[in-house]
Formats: sequence, C-alpha cells, structure tokens
Amino acid sequence: MLKINTKTGLSSLIIFTVLLLAWVAGFSSRLFAVIRFESIIHEFDPWFNYRATAYMVENGFYKFLNWFDERAWYPLGRIVGGTVYPGLMITSGSIHYILHLLNIDIHIRDICVFLAPVFSGLTAISTYLLTKELWSAGAGLFAACFIAIVPGYISRSVAGSYDNEGIAIFALQFTYFLWLKSVKTGSIFWACMTALSYFYMVSAWGGYVFIINLIPLHVFVLLLMGRYSNRLFTSYTTFYILGLLLSMQIPFVGFQPIRTSEHMAASGVFALIIAVAALKYLQTMLSKSEFKSLFIVGALVAAAVVFLAVVVLTYAGYIAPWSGRFYSLWDTGYAKIHIPIIASVSEHQPTTWFSFFFDLHVLVTTFPAGLWYCIKNINDERVFVVLYALSAVYFAGVMVRLMLTLTPVVCMLSGVAFSVLLDLFLREEDTHRSGDSDVDDEQTTSSNRRLYDKAGRVPKMKHEQVRESDGIGANIRSIIIVVMLLLLMLFAVHCTWVTSNAYSSPSIVLASYGNDGSRQILDDFREAYYWLSQNTDDNARVMSWWDYGYQIAGMANRTTLVDNNTWNNSHIALVGKAMSSNESAAYDIMTSLDVDYVLVIFGGVIGYSGDDINKFLWMVRIAEGEHPKDIREGDYFTEHGEFRVDSEGSPTLLNCLMYKLSYYRFGELKLDYRSPSGFDRTRGAVIGNKDFTLTYLEEAYTTEHWLVRIYRVKKPHEFNRPRIPFSNRVVKSQSFISKKNTKRKKGTIKNKPVIVKGKKLLKQA
Amino acid sequence: MSKTTAVISKFYKEYTSKTPKKLKIIDAYLFYIVLTGIVQFGYCLLVGTFPFNSFLSGFISCVSSFVLAVCLRLQVNPENKNQFHGISPERGFADFIFAHVILHLVIMNFIG
Repeated sequence: MLKINTKTGLSSLIIFTVLLLAWVAGFSSRLFAVIRFESIIHEFDPWFNYRATAYMVENGFYKFLNWFDERAWYPLGRIVGGTVYPGLMITSGSIHYILHLLNIDIHIRDICVFLAPVFSGLTAISTYLLTKELWSAGAGLFAACFIAIVPGYISRSVAGSYDNEGIAIFALQFTYFLWLKSVKTGSIFWACMTALSYFYMVSAWGGYVFIINLIPLHVFVLLLMGRYSNRLFTSYTTFYILGLLLSMQIPFVGFQPIRTSEHMAASGVFALIIAVAALKYLQTMLSKSEFKSLFIVGALVAAAVVFLAVVVLTYAGYIAPWSGRFYSLWDTGYAKIHIPIIASVSEHQPTTWFSFFFDLHVLVTTFPAGLWYCIKNINDERVFVVLYALSAVYFAGVMVRLMLTLTPVVCMLSGVAFSVLLDLFLREEDTHRSGDSDVDDEQTTSSNRRLYDKAGRVPKMKHEQVRESDGIGANIRSIIIVVMLLLLMLFAVHCTWVTSNAYSSPSIVLASYGNDGSRQILDDFREAYYWLSQNTDDNARVMSWWDYGYQIAGMANRTTLVDNNTWNNSHIALVGKAMSSNESAAYDIMTSLDVDYVLVIFGGVIGYSGDDINKFLWMVRIAEGEHPKDIREGDYFTEHGEFRVDSEGSPTLLNCLMYKLSYYRFGELKLDYRSPSGFDRTRGAVIGNKDFTLTYLEEAYTTEHWLVRIYRVKKPHEFNRPRIPFSNRVVKSQSFISKKNTKRKKGTIKNKPVIVKGKKLLKQA
Repeated sequence: MSKTTAVISKFYKEYTSKTPKKLKIIDAYLFYIVLTGIVQFGYCLLVGTFPFNSFLSGFISCVSSFVLAVCLRLQVNPENKNQFHGISPERGFADFIFAHVILHLVIMNFIG
C-alpha cells in the first residue's frame, strides 16, 4: 500500500515538474521579441485589441460594450462593443483588476504583451489533460512539451502578439478535454463545464465554429458506428443546449447560432440524438425483434426530416446560408473571384508543403503514426481525435492561418506515437521497473528542455547521448532510441531557430543587419505615428491602406478611414480607388471623404518588401470590384502583362496617386555610388517617372528611412490661386487720387449724389 | 393500425407495471415541461416572436429543462447503473441542480 503511494507520488511529481518546465520553456522562448526589442505590441490586429483593452480598463466594462468608435471608418464609425469578440479584453482586463486589487501596479500594456506566453503554458496543461484522456499520461507529457515549443503555435503567441488566437487555442483544447471527459463519464457536471468553456471560446475567437461543428460530427459518427450510449446522450444534449444559450450571450454572435447554416449541424444532431434515444427507450420497453428495423427506419426518417427542415428554412430565408468565408473553405478559388479582400490577406492563402515542415518539423511525420495507433485501438474518445485530425489537416491545407488548429492535434498524436515507441523499445529492456515509460518520457523531455534553453550546446549533447547508448549495447533498440532522441533534439533546435528568426519580429520595429553583423533598428513606423500625434490636429483624418488603420488609431490616435476590421468592402474599395486613380480624380474622392493626410508605406529606400507598392495590385483589384468602370486591373500592367515601376511600366500606373506619393522626390535620391538615382531597392529597378510635382497634396513628413511618407491634402484655396513670387506681384493701385491739398482745404465726396429738384436721390454710377 | 394500437397498449401496460415510482415522478415533470413548451410555441405562432430573445429564452429554457430532466432520469434509472460509473442518484441530482443554476442565471440575463 505504501509502495503504491510513493509510486503515485513520484509520478505526479514528475508530471508536475515536466509541465512546469514546459510552461517555463514555452514562456521563455516566446520572449525573443521582448528581449531584442522592447515590451511592445506587435503587428496590426493586436493594436486594436490593445486599444480596446485600454479603453475598457479606463471606462469600465459596460461603457466598453456600448462603445461607438467614431475615430474609425470615418465617416461611418464602428460599434466596437457589438463587433468584437470581447474574451481577450475581458481576460486581460480582469487580470489587471486582480493585480491592482493586490496592489501590484502593472501597466495594462505589459499584461497585454505577456498574456499570450502565459496562456501558452495553460495550453500545454490542457493538451496534457486531453492527451491523457485519449491515451496515457506519458503521451500527454510528450504532447504538452511539443505544444509548448512548436512553431506553428508560437507564431501566434509570442510576447506582444496580443491576439484572439493566443487565448483561443487554450480554450479550444480545454473544451475538447472537458468534452471527452463528459463523454467518458456521462456526467451532467462535466457537460456543463464543457459548455462554460465553450462559452469562453465563443467570447474569444470566431474559430468556435470549429468546435460547434466538430463535436456534433463526433456524435454523429458515433451514432453511425452504432456506439450510442446514454452517456453520449447526456453529455451532448446538456452541452448543446447550454452551449447554444451561452453562445448567444455574446453580442457579436447574437442570434447567429439559430439563424446561420454554420450552426445548423449541431441542432440537427441534437434532434437526431433525441430521436435515437426515444427509439432506444421504446426498444427497452418492448424488446421486439421488429424494433431493429423500426429503429433504423425511424433514425433515417428523423435525419431526413431535420435535413429537409434546414433546407426549407434556408430557402424561406429564416436561416442565412453559408457565409462567404465558409465557402472559401470548401472552394479555394471562391475567395479570389468573389471576395478579393479575403484573398488579399497573406494568411488566407493555401498552405505550402514547406510551411507544414517549417511549422511542425518532425511532428508532421510522426503524426500519422499516432493517428494509426488511435484508429487501431479505437474507442469513443479516439474517434473524436481522428475526426479532429482529419478535419484540421484539411483546413490547414486550405489556409495558412488554420495551421493553428492543426498544430494541437498534431502535437497530441505525435505524443501518442512517441510514447508508444518508447513503451515498445524501453519496457522490454528492464521489465522489473514498471512504469518506466513515465520516467523515460521525463528524461527525453528534460533533455529537450536542457537543450532548448541552451541551444548553443547542441553538438556536445548529441555526443553525450550517443556515448551513453553505446555503453548499453549496440542493438536495434538502442539505435532506435538514439535516433528518436536525436530527432527530438533536432526538433527543439529547429523550434528555437524558427521562433527566433521567423516569428519574433514585432513588424512595427524593423531590424536590419549590416555587413559586420551589427544590428540597426529601424523605428520609422513609430516615428511617423508620433509625428502624426504631435503635429496634426486632434480630429485630423488620415487616409491609408487598411493594413495600417489599427496602428494609426492605436499609436497616433487619429481618425482613420479604413482599418483591419474589414467589415465594409465598398468603403475600402473607395480608398483603393483613390489610391489607384490619378491625382485630380483622387482629390475629388479625398475631399468627399474629408481627408486631411495621406499616409503611404514605401520600402524602396531600405528594401522593405511589405510596402504599399507591392500591395498595390490588391488595392486595384478591390477597387475594380466596386468601381469596374473607373478602375481596370489591366491598365496597370505593361503590354506583356507585367507589373513594373520602371520606365516601361504602364502610364496609368506611373501617374496614379499611390505611385506619385511613394516616389515623390525619390528621383533625386541617390542611395549609393553604384546605383543610379531613383533606384528602388525593393523592386530592383530605376523608377520610370522621376520628375513630377504634386498639385493637390504636399509632403508633410517623411521618416528617416523613407519608410512612412505622410502628405497633407491641400485645401481648395491653396492650389486654385497659384502662389506668385513677391517680386512679380503687381499691386493694383486705386484710381481715385485725393484732391486734398494745401490749396483747396475743402474735401470732395466721391460719387456725391446730385440733387435735382422733384426727383429722388440717385446715386451716380 | 390495430397492430400499432396493440403495441401502444402493451407499452402502456409495461410502463405502469415496471417503472419505479421515482421515474414516474420525473416523467410527470417531463410531461408538464412539454405542455409548457407547446403553450409557448403556440403563443409564438399566434402572436409573433417580437421580443425574439424573450421567446428564445423561454422556449430554450423549456427544452433544456426537458433535456436535463431526461438526463437525470437516465442517470437515476437503476437499469442504467452499469453505464454511469461513479454517478449515484444523489450525485446525478446535484449535477442536475448545478446545471439548472447555470441555465437560469443565463436565462435571466438573456430574457431582457
């Protein structure tokens, strides 16, 4: 008895240590950006989330829910409270509140910056729990360590990347864990917890649709496999009805759960499972042989009725059909044709094979093995993970962004695969030590850890491992174990490398490396936004492409026309039209929109490839979608169908507003001795239109490396009367000369009315 | 037709003889909930769904009370004892109460 106690105590200590180490490693590897740069919010969307959080902390929750932001989408404005998933803001707001109750005086920005790394630890724990439900504690520990450092998840959760996904993956994993728990036990309590966790997920991320489709799919497949049980009934019905009700509490979701097709599968399965349960009940009461056929017929009829009802309601208009974003998941070409604004975002592109390897490394090969083991030893929970894996693989193939949903399941199944392998190759060796798989897990993971924290010592570690195993004996088993350990080490090295090189750039502060390896910080974005906030009127309206809307609002606190919440396509198209038409046509649009300043991003000086000229074709496409008469994409290409900015570029392109704003005065600039003046480094060409002036705008500010250029839109009186040099000015002299002199003291009145008797006084002309 | 009536009468006989009293009480409760749901739905058909959230919260609270009571019935039923490991009738009832607390807090928030 005592022995068992010490053993369980030991294993729980190991589990605790590994999870703690996973948390610490996951947290610290996400800090590259903070250490290299500073504690700063990254990219685009996080700036809005930060701004909204700051607003909520300042004004309270209810004001936040009713917040009408008149500084965005000028002149329309945006109802922020009703168009945002508030989970993120509430989470960090409540952390801020609790810390302040404890008199820990921390700025809300720091909470926002460090929220995602902290939640990655929670994700690791919930992944452990989920995998433990599926397979074993050892596999769970593997999975937890994998998810802590896997690049596919780090890409969305580095410090400073304050976005919904950071907390949503935790909520996703935790909901799935609770769901499996409730399916296993059939307890109402766990189903309620699942619903609550689902509620948190709904409040945090639009990806909750994945849950509300995957869980019904699981139930449906279980029903088809004839694995119906009363436990399934209790867990699903309780989860569904509570989850439905809870999800409608989020203002942004509203009545969608009963109105849109994305949610209909869940209610269909709900009706189906009730029908099945009723039939089963009748079967137990009557126990007749005909009941089997009756049961199948009844289930089929119920399914058909539900399906027909959904179709009819959709046609009748009660249920909205699938939204465009969901169509683009089934038909990858759909977005490109119908919704260019979705296709224009780089993370909505189909995934390449390279990025699977880049984000998952060795896991991408071990994951099918884990899947195989799950299918081989199938039970209710493993059906779930198989479905999860299959659907996530499909979605990850469609969109780069959905790599994020694939990553957790890949980690889990790889954990299963590694754990099974270790079990196979270690347990036979010393059978007297039962339960050593846990110990071995711990060894490998801790070697992961050690390696992870000090990646510089990799070669030494490899040799050590090889020598150790040589001591045991050169049989197949030890070779396999060594190979596996090497794989895991390479994985850890790869993860560190990817995190540090690819995913830790804040993208508002750029770093460039000189030939001698020295690092230069290019802080042009903040320079420009600071200039805007200090030198422009408080109500000035800044026009820029939508990518920079959130940053302008967050850092410069100025009104923007369009921003990253791309809810109004035609407004964006209008801005795109202004950018892609010539100066005078653009001026009309800009005056109609009350634009005061125009901001463009120009990377030609430093060779920054994400600038507005490179995004320009999307502006043209989006503008063409709404204004096909004025803007045609073909006009911006050369005769050979190329997009080029040099002298062979199409004249429409060389005279459009975006071109002029980007290259204004650039023709005079000589970057270095070898290249000619006006040489664009990003596109490697000498610009085609060097010598031009701006009539309707004037340059207001250009940052140090020309990365951000701000122009002021002139008022009509400033260019309607051309400025005349002082020497050329002729001042009109008045024709009337005073006759008042010393001879005649009496003055005269000009145009004095002449009085004629009998007539009214008339002014002489 | 006569066959189905025979089946139904047999069902009724089986039900009255075999079902424990506890479950009969739950069944009566279920019947009451169904009646409430029908009344609400009929009202909505006749008068309209104008405060949509109120209608929804009323109707969904009916559906969920029904579902939860069915779950409770399944867990309490001695025939299903081997399917629900570690869930005694008392535990089942506590879970039922817990779910109802959550449910009605949300309903009160939603009803407007």
